[in-house]
Amino acid sequence: MSVTVYVPGDAAALALGADSVADAIVTEAARCGINIRLVRNGSRGMLWLEPLVEVSTPRGRIAYGPVAAPDVSSLFAAGCMSGGAHPLGLGITDELPWLKRQQRLACRRIGVVDPHSLDDYLAQDGGEGLRCARAMAPVEIVRAVADSGLRGRGGAAFPTGIKWQTVLDTPATQKYVVCNADEGDSGTFSDRLLMEGDPFQLLEGMAIAGLAVEATMGYIYIRSEYPHAIAALNAALDGARNWLGDFEIEVRKGAGSYVCGEETALLESLEGRRGIVRAKPPLPAISGLFDQPTVINNVMTFGSVPDILARGASHYHEIGCGRSRGTLPFQLAGNIKYGGLVEVPFGLTLRELLYDFGGGSHSGRPLRAVQVGGPLGAYLPETQFDTVLDYEAFAAIGAGLGHGGIVAFDDTVDMARQARYAMKFCAIESCGKCTPCRIGSTRGVEVIDRIRDGQAEQVELLRDLCDTMTHGSLCAMGSMTSIPVLSALDHFSEDFRGMRA
Amino acid sequence: MENLGTVLRIIAAKQTLPGALLPILHEIQEALGCIPSESVPPIAKALNLSRAEVHGVITYYHHFRQTPPGRHVVRVCCAEACQAVGGEALAEHARARLEGSDLTLEPVYCLGLCAIGPVLQIDETTLHARVTPEKFDTLMHALEEDQ
Repeated sequence: MSVTVYVPGDAAALALGADSVADAIVTEAARCGINIRLVRNGSRGMLWLEPLVEVSTPRGRIAYGPVAAPDVSSLFAAGCMSGGAHPLGLGITDELPWLKRQQRLACRRIGVVDPHSLDDYLAQDGGEGLRCARAMAPVEIVRAVADSGLRGRGGAAFPTGIKWQTVLDTPATQKYVVCNADEGDSGTFSDRLLMEGDPFQLLEGMAIAGLAVEATMGYIYIRSEYPHAIAALNAALDGARNWLGDFEIEVRKGAGSYVCGEETALLESLEGRRGIVRAKPPLPAISGLFDQPTVINNVMTFGSVPDILARGASHYHEIGCGRSRGTLPFQLAGNIKYGGLVEVPFGLTLRELLYDFGGGSHSGRPLRAVQVGGPLGAYLPETQFDTVLDYEAFAAIGAGLGHGGIVAFDDTVDMARQARYAMKFCAIESCGKCTPCRIGSTRGVEVIDRIRDGQAEQVELLRDLCDTMTHGSLCAMGSMTSIPVLSALDHFSEDFRGMRA
Repeated sequence: MENLGTVLRIIAAKQTLPGALLPILHEIQEALGCIPSESVPPIAKALNLSRAEVHGVITYYHHFRQTPPGRHVVRVCCAEACQAVGGEALAEHARARLEGSDLTLEPVYCLGLCAIGPVLQIDETTLHARVTPEKFDTLMHALEEDQ
């Protein structure tokens, strides 16, 4: 009998020394004559506890963390291989309040399943959605997705069923399914966690999309900054070819362009060109990759689909609030005490997420500003922390949930500096197609510098510039850079009073 | 010229892929450390593109480089989540520390490790979290010793 020990192979765990912990466990087990089976799982998403070591026992999986390599000998001395007590012991993983208060659907197997094993995936209810979809007509699959109320998880929150219906209704000899895995927003990492921790679920979601729209070819376009996720997907694909049947999937690596997260720029890049956005229409659903009808969705959108097929649309639709159905995997990031992955139904408040889950700031200082939805998302002050987390409530305050990334800042933040960074980032990453974005962003940096130098009258010019960028740019890069800039200006005007050091 | 042989082999293996340009460029950079200028004409010819189009793609993407990097590439995350926990100070420190070094320092905008910043990546293989200036110096010292 061997003991199953889990040491995450997730990039976040590796960055905190998981490989040396795994090595130490193998060595120590050999020294103690204990036979172990080491599984390199994904991360449970409690990133402040990584590397989180789990030991399988009759009581369930027992967690220890954060474990460093020098802790390993004392863990063995305390009998951790049978769940023995130790100062790093956390008890049964599934009973940890931080996990227990979540409602994980798309992320429920991350950190639980062995991401290298299709058999383990199938043994843990994986594949059920694809099995159901294979017995359904395309139009029935599309209807199930539409009825679930699922909206695109990449940020734009467009109803997935409508997109799929459009592709299904557009005749073509070759259609495509493209997964947008260009998770470039700072503060977001749920796609990465899924791809590294439960890659077969993404493949399953794409295969279901293929059946739904009658496409036989899929591409995963993934950012080059995610080498571990690329390796995990390729390994999963090697083991999944038979299971996927006629549906083929290929992983394509991006090359460090933020704007390629925009769907039309992504398609340009996939076709081998610079990632310059296309004007819409035509919609990608009608004329997308290689001018063919294309379903293009985010990782989490595809990741949500298998469950909808397996458990039924109404099961998914019953969760959530208002027009935001289901769950959203939020990501707590930046200056936050308990950062990580929180998948909950829509409807909590931002404050609950920041304090009940996040525990306040990492630095121990008061939280002053929170950026929700990536570099193009609004900076919210404390007075807006009670906003309900659903798409419409955020839109009503001029903000957006985006991909669910939440970056917290304490009271040492200089919001004029953050506004300047938003413009600078736009200048670095603009594809150059629209003049207001290409040139306006550089002018924006200069104007903010002048304001910070004390020229208060330049604020009006900054507002004008933001207006031009918003209305004169094709995609979100140029048109939404004004959101962090203006929210910083509106809510933290005291930082714009020209006190630059 | 030895490089050109590698380039031609890669082109031959990949040119029939739909949208072959990025896969070809990635493989050349992985094999040679950069995309040398002499690889542009054969790529253009094989894919029926102009040299300007190929050059345009190479220079558009931050990931591709036309000259070889230093002995190691050190990428420090400069995006918001890392800024919130001292990423800018780390980036400043890194610039000063690696001035004149044979290591290449680059900014990177998000490695997806946003709850454990500031983070850095070495050679696309190794990641480090919660990096302080002191920890940075220790890491760099190890890289410099490792000749």
